[in-house]
Amino acid sequence: MSKISITINDEPYKVESGQTIMEACKEHNIKIPSMCHFDGLTDVGACRLCLVEIEGQSKLLPSCTTQVEPNQKIRTHSDRLSGHRQMITELFFSERNHVCAVCVANGNCELQDLATEVGMKHVRFPYLFQECEVDASHAMFVIDHNRCIMCTRCVRVCSEVEGAHNWDVKNRGYKVRIISDFDTPWGESESCTSCRKCVEVCPTGSLWSKDKAQGQSKKNPQMIKDLIEKRKVNL
Amino acid sequence: MGKEILIHPVTRIEGHAKITIQLDDSGQVSDAIFHVNEFRGFEKFCEGRYYTEMPVITPRICGICPVSHTISSVKACEMIQQIKIPRTAELLRRVIQQAQLISSHALSFFHLSAPDLLLGWDSDPATRNIFGIAEKDPDLGVRGIRLRKFGQEVSERITGKKIHIMGIVPGGMSYALTKENRQAILDWIPEVLETTHMSIDLLKKYHADHTDMVNSFANIESMHMGLIADDGSHELYDGRIRLVAANGDIVADRLNPLDYHQFIQEKPVSWSYLKSFFYKPMGYPDGIYRVGPLSRLNVIDRMKTPQAQKEFEEFRALGQGRPVHGNFYYHYARFIEILAGIEEIEQMMKDPDILSTDIQTHASRNQPEGIGCCEAPRGILFHHYKTDPDGKLNQIDFLIATGQNNPSMNQAILDVARQYVKGDHIEEGALNRVEGAIRCFDPCLSCSTHALGDMPIRIELKNSQGEVIQRIARG
Ligand code: SF4
Ligand code: FES
Repeated sequence: MSKISITINDEPYKVESGQTIMEACKEHNIKIPSMCHFDGLTDVGACRLCLVEIEGQSKLLPSCTTQVEPNQKIRTHSDRLSGHRQMITELFFSERNHVCAVCVANGNCELQDLATEVGMKHVRFPYLFQECEVDASHAMFVIDHNRCIMCTRCVRVCSEVEGAHNWDVKNRGYKVRIISDFDTPWGESESCTSCRKCVEVCPTGSLWSKDKAQGQSKKNPQMIKDLIEKRKVNL
Repeated sequence: MGKEILIHPVTRIEGHAKITIQLDDSGQVSDAIFHVNEFRGFEKFCEGRYYTEMPVITPRICGICPVSHTISSVKACEMIQQIKIPRTAELLRRVIQQAQLISSHALSFFHLSAPDLLLGWDSDPATRNIFGIAEKDPDLGVRGIRLRKFGQEVSERITGKKIHIMGIVPGGMSYALTKENRQAILDWIPEVLETTHMSIDLLKKYHADHTDMVNSFANIESMHMGLIADDGSHELYDGRIRLVAANGDIVADRLNPLDYHQFIQEKPVSWSYLKSFFYKPMGYPDGIYRVGPLSRLNVIDRMKTPQAQKEFEEFRALGQGRPVHGNFYYHYARFIEILAGIEEIEQMMKDPDILSTDIQTHASRNQPEGIGCCEAPRGILFHHYKTDPDGKLNQIDFLIATGQNNPSMNQAILDVARQYVKGDHIEEGALNRVEGAIRCFDPCLSCSTHALGDMPIRIELKNSQGEVIQRIARG
């Protein structure tokens, strides 16, 4: 693939054409906050945390789904972007019921890390206090919709890596929910292979394993990334 | 219709409680009611959660006795799982439970009660606090603070956290104890033992100097309930229940905590969110009983360790063959328990199994229902869970010590009020004694943990038309 010249935060770089801005940044150790992106899975641009400024464009664009172009001038960090990232994070917290103190993922949660990363001090928006279901019907796992941020990593890892496509999405707006099979209890799923991949990629305590007590849940997303790499090699 | 004196801690944001003293037409105290206006709703909002989450959710009920909630909760979960935990895990839990008891009792005495005792009931409220003690007797003040810290540090050295600890999980423990941490705990022991003996001496001197007051202070007679070990010794973690009558006769023995609903009944009252409990076979009010440090020492046959046993014998001699009823002796009882706690922690720290890493067993839901019981600093605590086929909770019941003490607490307030409140005039010092009677029970409300200064209080004296004829406020 051919190399093209771009500018990121006023520094010139040579990057592969066809790469996304996020990939190019990662290669050059420029960290952009992200949540729905997961290495090796199709990007969907759902969370909007990875938005960047591109000179000549009034709109902010998600770096995970926008490709690099010759002579592009990109800005990954600015006051404007920080403001948006902080707001998005606060909205995650206000939309459902995140109670870190009693969550399995406490201390091992990407949403908590994100809040620290973007400097969230408190939530400026009113909480929705939506009533969300806890589905514990699966013999080994639980999905707690209170803690889901709709990144859809579980949907994609199940479909693209395991090939089972147990997970899907229903509704729109704040009523959007992850569903199992055709919106049936997870324990009754005919497609779920109980492979646990969704649990490992879930950034929050939404998907968790019944054999882990509070504070014992250590997710291993790297294992799934390695698996994706290994499967590519075998192809 | 007589007059009503209202003692109302108004300025605290949480843990609201107020006291109403009812006067009859002749100005005599006719009734006293302790109101708890706080509604937490844990039993309701935990419905629908997966049962294994409870050991982490329920300790949030309280910042002073969170470990007891964790232990009762985790035992209920283990009953659902039909699982036995490794011996080391039980030892570590017992150590943490003793550590919490020491912290809680030290807080109750040094931060809340000692200012009244050592500085005088009627001394200046501005300095009647732990700092006032530290000023008057710097060594004792610091020792008191460090005794409480010892308990917290033991928890931290085992689980990494001082207060809402994470390591107690269904099946056992998450973290094993390290050699360094064991040593650090052992190194503290001589100092805290010395502090405890100093405090006991101090209390005994106080008893001797104020015999009349001590013996007449809210000296209500009631039944006592507490856990006892198989051999009849003092027990916090496991064991069976014994109930003794006001005269010391054993009313019921070796009751299985799992059958608690067969012998304990609750009575919701209109004036409070705190339910009142009584011993079912005897009905209300005959079945009123107390739980907590005093009750535990009144039901058991002996302590597990030598120094505590020696004090226990002196304590029981006070009752001359009957239980020790005086509310003032709660302080003594707490220090005997602190002493036992320190001695037992030392023994367990020296147990060869304590450093083992075999600390957790695993199982899933093997039956729908679980009950867990242990002794919290303030008395027996039950957690009762029922789950649906998925393991989600559909019925939750907590039976908390302060609820079991509620009827006796009202009696104690009435008793003090009868002695100190006469007519339609009420003095600050008398109020302290009403408040002090409540503090003896160490009720688990944040108003009773108001570490600096006094409970903010407002007293309103109302006539039969409901008009306020006198108002006294402080705090
Ligand atoms: S369950 Fe987890 S992985 Fe799935 S969408 Fe929600 S947060 Fe993302
Ligand atoms: S990571 Fe790009 S939109 Fe979520």
